[in-house]
Amino acid sequence: MKFLKSYTFRVILQGVLTIWAVTTFTFFLIRLMPGNPIQLKIDELMQRQGLTEEEARNQTATLFEFDPDQPLIEQYVNYMVRLLQGDLGKSISSARTPVGQQLLKFLPWTLFSVGMGLLVSFTVGVTIGLAMAYWRGGWLDNIFTVFASVIYGIPDYVIALIIIMVLGVQLKVLPFGEMLGGSTQGIEPGFTFEYIADLVKHAILPVTTYVLSSVGGWILTMKSSTISTLGEDYITVARARGLSERRLLIAYIGRNAMLPLVTRLAISIGFVVGGSAIIETLFLYPGLGRNLVLAIGARDYTTMQGIFLVIAVAVVVSNILADLLFGVLDPRVRLSKDTGNK
Amino acid sequence: MSAAPQLSVLSGRFARLRLSLRQILRALTRNKAGFIGFLGVSFFVLMTTVGPLIVPYEGEPRFDRLQPGSRTLFAAPSLEHPLGLDYKGRDVLSHIVHGGRGLIITAIEAGILTTLVAVGLGALAGLIGGYVDQIISMVGNFILTIPQFPLLLVLATILSFEDKIGLAVLLSLLNWPTLMRAVRAQVMSLKARDYVEAAFALDLGLWHITTREVLPNMISYIVVNMIFTIRSAMYAIVGLMFLGIVPLTEPDWGLMIFLGRQQGSLSSADASWMLLAPVLAIALFQLSLVLFTRSLEEIFNPRLRQGV
Repeated sequence: MKFLKSYTFRVILQGVLTIWAVTTFTFFLIRLMPGNPIQLKIDELMQRQGLTEEEARNQTATLFEFDPDQPLIEQYVNYMVRLLQGDLGKSISSARTPVGQQLLKFLPWTLFSVGMGLLVSFTVGVTIGLAMAYWRGGWLDNIFTVFASVIYGIPDYVIALIIIMVLGVQLKVLPFGEMLGGSTQGIEPGFTFEYIADLVKHAILPVTTYVLSSVGGWILTMKSSTISTLGEDYITVARARGLSERRLLIAYIGRNAMLPLVTRLAISIGFVVGGSAIIETLFLYPGLGRNLVLAIGARDYTTMQGIFLVIAVAVVVSNILADLLFGVLDPRVRLSKDTGNK
Repeated sequence: MSAAPQLSVLSGRFARLRLSLRQILRALTRNKAGFIGFLGVSFFVLMTTVGPLIVPYEGEPRFDRLQPGSRTLFAAPSLEHPLGLDYKGRDVLSHIVHGGRGLIITAIEAGILTTLVAVGLGALAGLIGGYVDQIISMVGNFILTIPQFPLLLVLATILSFEDKIGLAVLLSLLNWPTLMRAVRAQVMSLKARDYVEAAFALDLGLWHITTREVLPNMISYIVVNMIFTIRSAMYAIVGLMFLGIVPLTEPDWGLMIFLGRQQGSLSSADASWMLLAPVLAIALFQLSLVLFTRSLEEIFNPRLRQGV
């Protein structure tokens, strides 16, 4: 009984309800899109193989186990019942592959590239922001204020296109063609140096883009957060105690200034999972974003649904995580939450 | 008899206006980054309004420009065509000058609509509270949970847009929750302050309290937020065009990027200008907007201005 009233339980219940609401909403929404996967396949067969409409219709009937004439409500109930059993259905457009399997195939690419990008930009941004605030008005501050403001204002795909155009096409210093996609065909996947080097080579472009497009934001927030921390009494007290500047900077100023940023980091983990459709499409990177775009084009309802589910879960989980993390990192919040519950 | 005092009131008003104009100018130039942003935005506004009168638009393919021995009509910048030629041999500069207007206008429409919806709902939620507040907040939180761009991809496919205003409406429906939350929080905290309570006591009505007492206090935040919404709307529109989801009409920067990528701008140096030009235009415009917010903050935030 006590658990049912606890803060954690309420948060989890709310999360589950949100995921259900998003799933339901997207279920009906994607079925509103003009055309359906079967019609698209029929059109494709008629065009490519020169079949008559009837032949094409017969051929597709054996390909799909999806019936577009079934009432929507029935489809929805079926879907939800299967979902609760952990069955995401089969992909409509790619030869009946289970959607769960597909997601497992797409997800590592996105997690690897976006995760790398986020980690690097966060670390670099926090370090630079801290240094800028500590040596306010110095050359470092001036240079990076300009850099961060400029880079912060430019959209990610514009950064990506500029990298390709300037380094790859005009100056020809990047072997751009070889760097597209997720990995080179023919290299055996495994823990070999060759394969890992290949993965890194293909991930450089998307990761660099993610880093450049988000590092400005981290720098500017960390700088302003640090500046407000510098004015706190406990910093003055710590300095008066004669602590070394190094210890002061890292343990007292840096840690406290980072607090609000860590929460933002946790929240953004959820959003980046699905938020890279354009960049992945541009670099032909085989992650969730690019496959969502492909699934939308093919009206592959089940795959789309699966990707939306993953994104919704990621957003909800990261929000909960941010909430809990903040309590763990900042004892003041933990205290007020506990007392609020009693 | 009564004309004299009226006149003095009038001239007094003018004096105040002149002063505030001078203040605006000072606020504009005081922040260096903000001033650069202001110049940038002015440049783009001039280019898209006056520019088309100077640079004629080239819509038809120009096969006559095919260089002997060359297989494509693409060309790198020259004196005659400062930004080169596109895949149909047309002047890229003319497309840059003519192609920004629709995009910028749609983005601004989206920004204004979003701001109106967000401020309206936020004020409503904050002032009335209760069920109205709960419903508005719930819908807002729900929209924030679904990632914007994937949702936009699906919605843009469903609603095939005849007119770009439809796109602006859609963008505002997806973008209002952030600003709404801020307005709601502000209204709630302001509601408790003396001068708003006084207005309530005088029975001045919700509309009066919102427009006269509450909103002027957060105008700086609203304006800056609107600029950021304009920016993200432009990001979304060009993104949709890039993926080929929004129906495209020439001339348009977004379409130039889409076609450039399709026509091989990513593989040849001569061809890359068709793509590089709109990419740089979008980057510079967005950058100018972001920098411009610094000046806007100083103009609209009296507390910052007092430091002048």
